[in-house]
Amino acid sequence: MIAPTEMLLPRRDLLKLGGALLIAFPLIGRAADQSGPPDAKQIDTWLAIHSDNTATLYIGFVELGQGSSTGLAQVAAEELDLGMDQITVAPVDTQRSPNQGGTYSSAAIQRGRPQVALAAAEARAALMSLAAERLGAPVTQLRVERGRIAAEGSAATVTYGELLGNRPFSLPFSGQARTKPESQYRLVGHPVPRRDLPAKVLGVHRYIQHHRLPGMLHGRVVRPRGQAAYGAGARILSIDETSIRHLQGVRVLRRGDFLGVVAADEWLAVQAAQALRVIWEKPPALPGQEGLHAQMRAAKTDDRVALERGALDAGFRDAVHVRTQACLGPYQAHASFAPHCALADVKPDAAVVIASTQDVFGLRRSLAPLLGLAQEQIRVQYAEGAGTYGHSCYDDAAQAAALLSQLAGAPVRCQFMRWDEHGWDTYGPAHVGEVRAAVTAEGKLCAYEYHGWQHGWSLVETSAQLTGTAAAPWPASGPQGVNPLDAGGMYDIPNVKLVNHWLPALDYLRGAWLRSPLDLSFSFASEQVMDALAHAAGLDPLEFRRRNIRDARWLGVLDAVAKAADWTPRVVGPRSKSRGKVLHGRGLGLGTHLVSHGAAVADIEVDPATGRVRITQLWGAIDAGFIVNPANVESQIIGQLVQTASRMLLEEVTLDGGRVQSLDWSSYPILRFEDCPEVTPVIVQRPGERSTGAGEETMAAAAGAIANAFFDATGVRLDRYPMTPERVRKALHA
Amino acid sequence: MALSITVNAERREISATPDTPLLYVLTNELKLTGPRFGCGLAQCGSCSVLVDGVERRACVTPVAAVAGRAITTLEGLPAWHAGQTGAKTPPAMHPLQQALIDEQALQCGYCYNGMIIKGAELLSKTPDPTDAQIRKAMNGHLCRCGTYPRIIKAIHRAARLMAGQRT
Repeated sequence: MIAPTEMLLPRRDLLKLGGALLIAFPLIGRAADQSGPPDAKQIDTWLAIHSDNTATLYIGFVELGQGSSTGLAQVAAEELDLGMDQITVAPVDTQRSPNQGGTYSSAAIQRGRPQVALAAAEARAALMSLAAERLGAPVTQLRVERGRIAAEGSAATVTYGELLGNRPFSLPFSGQARTKPESQYRLVGHPVPRRDLPAKVLGVHRYIQHHRLPGMLHGRVVRPRGQAAYGAGARILSIDETSIRHLQGVRVLRRGDFLGVVAADEWLAVQAAQALRVIWEKPPALPGQEGLHAQMRAAKTDDRVALERGALDAGFRDAVHVRTQACLGPYQAHASFAPHCALADVKPDAAVVIASTQDVFGLRRSLAPLLGLAQEQIRVQYAEGAGTYGHSCYDDAAQAAALLSQLAGAPVRCQFMRWDEHGWDTYGPAHVGEVRAAVTAEGKLCAYEYHGWQHGWSLVETSAQLTGTAAAPWPASGPQGVNPLDAGGMYDIPNVKLVNHWLPALDYLRGAWLRSPLDLSFSFASEQVMDALAHAAGLDPLEFRRRNIRDARWLGVLDAVAKAADWTPRVVGPRSKSRGKVLHGRGLGLGTHLVSHGAAVADIEVDPATGRVRITQLWGAIDAGFIVNPANVESQIIGQLVQTASRMLLEEVTLDGGRVQSLDWSSYPILRFEDCPEVTPVIVQRPGERSTGAGEETMAAAAGAIANAFFDATGVRLDRYPMTPERVRKALHA
Repeated sequence: MALSITVNAERREISATPDTPLLYVLTNELKLTGPRFGCGLAQCGSCSVLVDGVERRACVTPVAAVAGRAITTLEGLPAWHAGQTGAKTPPAMHPLQQALIDEQALQCGYCYNGMIIKGAELLSKTPDPTDAQIRKAMNGHLCRCGTYPRIIKAIHRAARLMAGQRT
């Protein structure tokens, strides 16, 4: 662990200090690299070898609790023939980490594995030619174990550390290095324990919330409780500073409508932020969560065809059975378990910002105009916070800390309160989905149509917006629209049409990607219609899917989950017509996010009297190509299944009265121990295939499986989640 | 007059005002990294400590309310466990901490301060808890990553470890 003061030293100061500190800072030795990112085609950008025969790996992906830093260390150690105890991963920092893009879309292993493997292979090749020279033997006769190189038929050995010491490679990629064949793997593909866990269970791991800067003040933002529509922002009408006169030592700081307090004592800042009397302009009304979907469905939209194949009308003409299904999906919060926190030291000509962002380089770009600095004058360092599951408030908190530091003229640590985090999140957007699909007499899918109503993501963080930056949506691109992979994409369907009906983003809540963005909604609609067609055709849902899937990977993951759950062929629901006792149901679902394949089975109980749904067991299978760390992917599947249970049963942002009302764990409940299902993760390991993301795919599958289990239990199709008792009672007694 | 509190068997003079929540004293004055802020509303359990062996939410407990009581944080849990079992030297970890590593239970790990404190409290009173007892005892502690299943397994594993230590 590097102390924060050490982290703050600019690179040139470290160079002056010489060798001892170079363990964490490889020399790149080019002036242009002072502001980073360093050249991705230089070995030194990725790896440093130390005299004690250990190595440091530099990656641009951040550890979010998903374990990918362990996975990428496995990849590097594998290529270098080092032990896991001989390699550490450096903290991510705009000044010295390679830019591998943001840590989202489950990309760390998917994009990172080939990059890290190649860099490590280049480093190994360079070390081997040094060893060949030192040992007087050709490279082909050299063998490496734990960084110690020996020549065949000779007792002499030399270590990486002895060959290179703390010196840099100073070599560009040769383009000649070859990565190891999988058949020689001893680390990659094996369940290596997570490296961050001992410090975490001992309570000595330093999350960003534990970081401190010398001479810093504690800051809190002051905002209305709960956001209004994105475009409305929050306008200050008046501030009454006499309301905090009793709190000595607090400063009120403001730029435009961005408002905060700072104090040397944290508790003082907390009290001041709550006590400061501010009159905010009344925002325009929001529809409320009960009127939300009707407003979305009726809105004037920008309609774009996302995919069109075959002839839809002709497809439906050939059909024997046609079924439709709607999905009304809620806004859901990331609700990171620790409110976001960031530290900033903004000076007139330079700034250092410590943040738990998914993208240090992206954050730096957003900070530059806000602080009136060039990107090169800003250094962003990553420190781990609690899990974020997508774009939550981390960049907002970082901007807030930076603004407060600039306004205060001192380093500031700014931590959000629970209501800031819940109330000013960039939520996973609400969705209206309408799907219509049809089968032939042989039970073959012949036509499929999906219409999705949703708004895009918010481009401007709240802090920037409050200072006066105009709110704007993201360009309408990317996977936030109807996902062709989830909306029937796993099936072999000749006639398909997918349409996005884009809503004006400024009229709705702030939005961004929430783990498996919108996929739960797509699958909720799409996988229910598949089940309904199976039912209409009198087919077992597993058999129906097998008949309609050609892709071997999808078939593999489907069969794997069916086997794990001991699926027995049958025509689904309702299991029992009797009322007044608990009904049991089982459902199957498929889903993905981007590349990998997910399948799930759900067992649920429904109490028709109370409307209460219990998810008793979930099985989730993933095919993510060649899996680097199976134990860690199992852990990821467990988390995905539990979160999906939570999102299907409980989670919903409420927005009555012009503002978001769900501001804490009581008004935004999540699944607890007593309702947690038994979960079984299943891995379909695919040697030889490229590694793809494994952080999201069983979520959409499980959403479909849970919805289908509800039908199996009750004979009723739900068109809305979360499946709250009130909604379930209403649906059953309709 | 300055307050003093006893944290992990050490008496500490503190300068905070009596109404300051214990959590801010532990994190800022005493520089402890076990208990941590999660909600400030006693809803999530990330700030939990043991006060005289009973789990309490430090975020809503005024520091003056625990003066003169024995406060144990995650950092002091192995020593507290040694005190419970009569061991002469504290182990490196409480058996539950070891069990959580063995199960590879954590993801982000932020909630685990509370999970370990509450789990240790449960095991001190109920050495061999059933699944239902674990779920009931732990129900006030939230995990956003969804790692509950492995925490339940780890508590069972810790119970076995502790039974082994007693024989």
